[in-house]
Amino acid sequence: MTTNSTSEISIQTADFNLADEVALLERDNAIDGAVVTFTGRVRNKNEGNNVTSLTLEHYSGMTEKSLAKIISTAKSRWQLGRVKVIHRIGELFIGEQIVFVGVTSRHRQDAFAANEFIMDYLKVQAPFWKKESTEQGNNWLDAKSSDKSKAAKW
Amino acid sequence: MIKVVFFAALREQLDCSELSLNCDNLTTVADVKAQLASKNEQWQQVFANSSLLSAVNHDMVNGDQVIKSGDEVAFFPPVTGG
Repeated sequence: MTTNSTSEISIQTADFNLADEVALLERDNAIDGAVVTFTGRVRNKNEGNNVTSLTLEHYSGMTEKSLAKIISTAKSRWQLGRVKVIHRIGELFIGEQIVFVGVTSRHRQDAFAANEFIMDYLKVQAPFWKKESTEQGNNWLDAKSSDKSKAAKW
Repeated sequence: MIKVVFFAALREQLDCSELSLNCDNLTTVADVKAQLASKNEQWQQVFANSSLLSAVNHDMVNGDQVIKSGDEVAFFPPVTGG
């Protein structure tokens, strides 16, 4: 069974349910033995500041295009079954889910590697920006050079 | 004409999310950036930031990317999603 790329990517303000997403990756999918999921959440501290919320902005259109490219590259490098990427936008509070990456494959190595690859590339290529609200005020987060080097290692 | 869009901190610094630009005398993304920077001292300072990224029609590009009428050119800070 193949899934089309539009169903593989969702940019949304609403929360998502991990169990529902896993069920979608597994439904009528008897050939894949491995399901690897990653969920990113809002942390309470960043660089010593107490964070109250994050506001996510994105570039509609380019976001979907860049994620589709990342997924397509992952599929060309590893033998994958299904892929799902969800990224939330808008204001998110501590502990809320921000991002989901789910990958299935016949054996675990492909799903583990592809999941990490997709996250590492999402971090440096997909046009999202986080603005942090802290007790000290609001500020846009700076990109981390460590994220750049993680993506470069692939 | 081209459409130029700005995001995140850059959008706030310029107090502008999009504008239209006559591209008759502009060849590359770097030319577009130089034209924008020439608007006034504040824009010049903002565009002096070498870490800014650019995209044409939703694809990340370098300054030497050639542009044509009808393109959507975007400028934004390094991305911080995930």
